[in-house]
Amino acid sequence: MEQITHYPKPLSENPIPYCPGCPHGIIHRLVSEVIEEMDIMEKSIIVLPVGCSTLATNNTFNFDTMQAAHGRACAVATGAKRALPDRVVFTYQGDGDFASIGAAEMVHAAARGEKITSIMVNNGIYGMTGGQMSPCTLMGHKATTSPFGRNADTHGFPLKVCEMLSQLNGPAYIARTDATTIPGIKKTKKAIKKAFTAQMNGLGYSLVEVLSTCPTNWGMTPVDSIKRVKEETIKYYPTGEFKVVEGLE
Amino acid sequence: MGEKVLMKGAEAIAEAAIRAGCRHFFGYPITPQNEAPEYMARRLPEVGGSFTQAESEVAASNMLYGCAGAGKRVITTSSSPGISLMTEAISYIAGAELPCVIVNVVRGGPGLGDIAPAQGDYFQAVKGGGHGDYKTIVLAPSTIQENVDVMKNAFDLADKYRNPVIVLSDGLLGQMMEAIELPEMIDPASLPEKPWAANGMMGKRKKNVINSFEILPEELEKMNHRMMDKFVDIDKEVMVEEIGTEDAEYIFVAYGTVARIIKTVMKSMREKGHKVGLVRPITLWPFPTKVLSDLANKDSVKFFLDVELSFGQMLEDVKLSTSCKKPVKFYGRQGGVVPSSDELEDIMTRHINGEDVPTGGV
Repeated sequence: MEQITHYPKPLSENPIPYCPGCPHGIIHRLVSEVIEEMDIMEKSIIVLPVGCSTLATNNTFNFDTMQAAHGRACAVATGAKRALPDRVVFTYQGDGDFASIGAAEMVHAAARGEKITSIMVNNGIYGMTGGQMSPCTLMGHKATTSPFGRNADTHGFPLKVCEMLSQLNGPAYIARTDATTIPGIKKTKKAIKKAFTAQMNGLGYSLVEVLSTCPTNWGMTPVDSIKRVKEETIKYYPTGEFKVVEGLE
Repeated sequence: MGEKVLMKGAEAIAEAAIRAGCRHFFGYPITPQNEAPEYMARRLPEVGGSFTQAESEVAASNMLYGCAGAGKRVITTSSSPGISLMTEAISYIAGAELPCVIVNVVRGGPGLGDIAPAQGDYFQAVKGGGHGDYKTIVLAPSTIQENVDVMKNAFDLADKYRNPVIVLSDGLLGQMMEAIELPEMIDPASLPEKPWAANGMMGKRKKNVINSFEILPEELEKMNHRMMDKFVDIDKEVMVEEIGTEDAEYIFVAYGTVARIIKTVMKSMREKGHKVGLVRPITLWPFPTKVLSDLANKDSVKFFLDVELSFGQMLEDVKLSTSCKKPVKFYGRQGGVVPSSDELEDIMTRHINGEDVPTGGV
């Protein structure tokens, strides 16, 4: 029988440590495929902060890994990149980690044009801690800390990271994609490749925000979760490229 | 030794770090140590290093984590409120066993306090500061020359034990100018490899993980024990200066700037026939417990007088070390006020005369 696919080398064959139906496994694989295709595994360093992605620290990837404090991944990656400018350094963070507690670190890494890449997985909830409201929880959505649904008066509005950061001079590439549809998955892979290219060409900071789900904490089936991204999330968080610096195309 | 120059304390620390093979600085402005990052911003590019002004001390200390995790000698300098913001990262740095040097040019507190010399951060530096069971090696120089001299030691100890080292300086040492002798330049390329670093596998090895996370209690307990064994081992690195303790009846205990003032007091009091001595811990952790314990057991020693720019933080360690076998008296000034040598001589003399003596000024 002909083998038409294989496990990308950067991804270990250990069980993916996430809940059933969680798209993290897909996004891990996309990152790993890009690293393999670009042949950069030997010089890659991934920074995993606190959240569900912490579970990937020891046994999920087959290349150098740094675990960071909650929200501090962009600062840790900055330290590593300044130490070793020829390595590929990237962070893999959730929306709570990146856009709430890590807001200062991400804004300033972007503003400095730090030559690192961030992959922000946006599922609009704190998954690891059990389903609390995140900075990207949509209006009206229920979470354990917004039990009556997010409302403007009490909780304010969901943060639009790509829109914010694309106003800065430092970023070279900013895109939002989704990991819940086949075209979205393909675009996500392309965007990650472009983001790494921006870093390796020394063009500046790059970010790929990937819209995702959390069936466990949304209290929905994986299929219904995917439907919700299509019907609600993408309307508030449109996908596409927000910034592509000249020379990257 | 290298050349002799006139330098401000904070700049001298920065140059000494570079000469110890450090090429990376991450920091955030705060008085009274701004001359250190300003010096680094000019000087590091000359030696092929990197200077980064972070958006906060929180970020700076996590950049330290990333740079140390990538295997480089790295330093930050800050002052009390800034160090409070760094304690989160210091706990992670200790937990992930990363070597780096953190200089605290201590100022008056709590809160915003002032920008004058103080020693109110002893507990924070010596007893942890951040969360969890960890220790930081703490060096407390008392002159600018010593501040320069301890920098190489600080980096060597950090690398040897894969542990953060805090240099507890103060506003006086940071701001004063003195003639100092600078050490020879160490080439970073000559430093030993760090095979544990997450600096890219580069086709040479399997992956490395920089981490303080362990979900299984039994496994984390093992990690805690391994680290505690290391901390016990570090006890042999105690550094302490003793002056006149061979025949002393009355022993000052002090560190940093205060100890330097006491050296003047000692000279004057010895000339008047008082048998005074000084124990000056250079490492605040590990603490010179044995030196103090041995002195407490000597019949000739009548009492200890601990002097600090605080309400008595090291005092607790002095009492523990001496098992209260001899009285441990205390005198402290706070808020950035530094006692004069006359003031301290008067306090010691009154103690010797058995008078009622206040424990502080005001």
